[in-house]
Amino acid sequence: MMKPTNEMAVSFLSCSANESFGRAAVAAFAAQLDPTIDELSDIKTAVSEAVTNCIVHAYRDTLGVIYITCKLYEDGRLSIRIRDKGCGIEDVEKAMQPLFTTSENEERAGLGFAVMESFMDKLRVTSKPGKGTTVTMYKTIKRRQAEKNT
Amino acid sequence: MGVRLLLKDGEMTALLSGEIDHHSAREIRTEVDEAASKVKPKRLTLDFSGVQFMDSSGIGLVMGRCKLLQMWGGSVRVANLNPKIEKIVSLAGLNQLCTIVKDVNYDEAYE
Repeated sequence: MMKPTNEMAVSFLSCSANESFGRAAVAAFAAQLDPTIDELSDIKTAVSEAVTNCIVHAYRDTLGVIYITCKLYEDGRLSIRIRDKGCGIEDVEKAMQPLFTTSENEERAGLGFAVMESFMDKLRVTSKPGKGTTVTMYKTIKRRQAEKNT
Repeated sequence: MGVRLLLKDGEMTALLSGEIDHHSAREIRTEVDEAASKVKPKRLTLDFSGVQFMDSSGIGLVMGRCKLLQMWGGSVRVANLNPKIEKIVSLAGLNQLCTIVKDVNYDEAYE
């Protein structure tokens, strides 16, 4: 595994008002890779889904801390780890199926993991019931050579 | 985040603006549903031209309004999606649930 060239960590309370803070913090850190607006939007959307999962599912009816760690690598790869110490997921594979939701009457579309999977290059989810869930996502930001040279 | 509601000939338009996530979707839902339940419009247009960001909470928002309007035989259409929002809308397959239209303009006399 390559050593990261830069790293950041933030943690915040699982209030829904912090959803915009979470995605903005990651986007601000990712900005140093000079991503396109579309790449940045993909990252913000994926982070927003993961953070919302922590608030809606992991810490349902309670408040807990959401931990985000981002790492940058020399090859332009960005890793984002979003971790909670909430209720955990019994069956990760089932939870990751598109349209599966446990919050039907709260108008959750059941698309969180599907969005993370399609907007990022790679997604890994590990969970222990009663202990919490860790979502790790990767995206490589291509260097825009043509613009760099001018 | 904000909602502006327009009404004309039994049709309602909700002009949405700002960022739509799980937090802001709740407020939008309350505002739209309160007015729609009173008026019972035959068509509700959700206009996204002022929306800069949307995650899957926005999909839930559209799906929920479709369900509400169905209660009195009304329909929902979604208008003026930017390419970023269109990406998540097509991933969700919203076109199977409601009409998606481009470039809808509203004349001044609409409000």
